[in-house]
Amino acid sequence: MIRFDEVTKVYRGNARPALNAVDLEILAGEFVFLVGASGSGKSSFLRLVLKEERPSSGAIHVLGQDLGRISSRKVPYFRRNLGVVFQDFRLLPNKTVFDNVAFSLQVIGKSKGFIHEAVPDALATVGLDGKGGRYPHELSGGEQQRVAIARAVVNKPSILLADEPTGNLDPTTSDGIMTLLQRINANGTTVIMATHDVGIVDRLQRRVVELVNGRIIRDERGGSYTQAVPLVQQQSFGSAEATR
Amino acid sequence: MRLGLVLSEVGQGLRRNLSMVVSVVLVTFISLTFVGTAILLQSQITQMKTYWYDRAQVAVYLCTEYTTAGSCDQQAATDDQIAVVEAQLESETLAPFIDAYYFEDQEQAYANFQDQFEGNAIAALVTPDLLPEAFWVNLIDPEQSQILTDALAGLAGVESVVDQRSYLDQIFAILNSASLTAVGIAALMLVAAALLIATTIRLSAFSRRRELGIMRLVGASNRFIQTPFVLEGVVAAIIGSVLAGGAVVAIVHFFVQGYLTQTLPGTSFVTVDDALLVVPVLLLAGGLLAAVASNVAISRYLRV
Repeated sequence: MIRFDEVTKVYRGNARPALNAVDLEILAGEFVFLVGASGSGKSSFLRLVLKEERPSSGAIHVLGQDLGRISSRKVPYFRRNLGVVFQDFRLLPNKTVFDNVAFSLQVIGKSKGFIHEAVPDALATVGLDGKGGRYPHELSGGEQQRVAIARAVVNKPSILLADEPTGNLDPTTSDGIMTLLQRINANGTTVIMATHDVGIVDRLQRRVVELVNGRIIRDERGGSYTQAVPLVQQQSFGSAEATR
Repeated sequence: MRLGLVLSEVGQGLRRNLSMVVSVVLVTFISLTFVGTAILLQSQITQMKTYWYDRAQVAVYLCTEYTTAGSCDQQAATDDQIAVVEAQLESETLAPFIDAYYFEDQEQAYANFQDQFEGNAIAALVTPDLLPEAFWVNLIDPEQSQILTDALAGLAGVESVVDQRSYLDQIFAILNSASLTAVGIAALMLVAAALLIATTIRLSAFSRRRELGIMRLVGASNRFIQTPFVLEGVVAAIIGSVLAGGAVVAIVHFFVQGYLTQTLPGTSFVTVDDALLVVPVLLLAGGLLAAVASNVAISRYLRV
C-alpha cells in the first residue's frame, strides 16, 4: 500500500536531512502510529506520502503508483485516494459543517445528488448527525475535528493520514476521536497517525514506527510509545514526558 | 467541472477585491483606448496616402524672367525649349510611364494661385509673370518620379522637377510619429495593466488561501482551481476593453466625423465603421492579456 525505499529528504538550507534513508512498508488496512520528537521527520513523512514534497533520493510507492513518475497534472487525481486530518482542523469558517464537507466533493466535480447522499452519511459516521447547519465556531474542538475527519473520509479514501489529530484536544475528547479513527480503520481504511500522545499509543497497542532525527529506530507491531525494555523505558519515558 | 460553482467563485472574487478590480478596469480602459487610437491613426494614414498619392503629380517648372535656379539665367523659357520638354514627355523613353500631362501657362497658374490663397495677403502681391509655367504630369506608378527628374531636370529652360509626394511625406511622417507615440504609450500602459492584473489575482488568491489549500489537499484539479481566478482577471479586463471600444467609437463619431470632417472637407477620414472593426481587436487583446497575466499569477499556487 505504501512503500518507502531508502528515502532521504533534505530541505534547502538545512544540512541535516529531515528523513534519512527511510525503508518502510505499510500494508492495506493497517493502523500505524508515527512517533518521535518534534522535528524527527513525522510531518515530512506524511507530506511525502501526499506528494506535497518530492524526496531528495529514494523511491516512494503509494497505492501501487511510483510517486516519482506521477506528472504534476495527475497529482490532484492521486490525492483523491487520500484523506488528511490536521491538528488545527483547517475548516472554512464561513461555511457550515455540511458545506465544509460538501466543499471537498464539489471541487472534485461530484454531482449534487452524490453530495446530498455522501455528506449526511459521513456526518453520521463521525457522530455529527443533525449538526450540518452549524458553523465551525459554534462547535467544540472535538466536534470541529470530527468535521475535519468527515471531510477527509467523505470520498472514501483508501488511506487516511492524520497529523497529530488530538494535539489540540483534551484526553476524553481525544479518546472519542481515536474510537472514531479505529472504526474508520476497521472499515478497511489504512490509517497513519503522527502523534506525541503517549497514553493513546500505549492503550491502542498498534504498530508503532519511531523516528529519531529522520531515521527509523523502531518498528514494532503491538508496540507502545516507548520501547518495552524496562531500563530504557525508565529513561526514555522521562524524555517522552518532556516532549509533551 | 461545475459551471455554477466556478461562476459564483468568480463573483465572490470580484466583489471581495472591488477596488483592485476597478483599477484593473480603468488601466485596461486607458491602455486599450491608446491601442485603438493608434490602430485608427495608422489606418487614417494609409487611407490618406492612397487618396493623396493617387492625386500627387510631378510638376516640371519652367524658367521665368526672375528665376536663377536650375538652368535658368533670369530668362524665361522659350517656345523652343518648351517644345523640347514636351517632346521628351512624348518620347518613347518617357511615354510608357506617363498617364497624362497638361501644360499650365502663367494665366492659369495665376488663377489657381488666387484660388488657393483666397483671402491671404500674398494673393494681392503676386502677378502672373512671377509664376512659372509648368507641365503637370500624372505618372502611371507615382513611385517612379525619379525617372522624370533624371530626364528633364537638366534641360534648358527647366527650373526644377518637383514630386508633390515629397510635401505629403512630411505630413505623413508627423502623423506616423504621432501614431508611434500612441503605440509606445499603449505598450507601457499594457505592461502596467498586466502587472496590475497579476497583483490583483495574487491578492485574490491570498484572500482565498484556506480554500485553495483544502482544494489542493482533496485533489481538485489544477484547471478547476485556476479557472475562477483567470475568469476574474478576464472579466475585469473585458469591462475595461468594452469601455475602451466605446471611447474609440465616440472619438471617431464626435471628434473625427463631427468636428474634423466639418473643418477639413474634401479629406477622407476614418469612419465609425472603421472604429467598430477595431472594437473586437481591443476585446481580444484585453481578454488575452488578462488570461495570460492571471494564469502566470495563479500558477504559483498550483505548484506541487
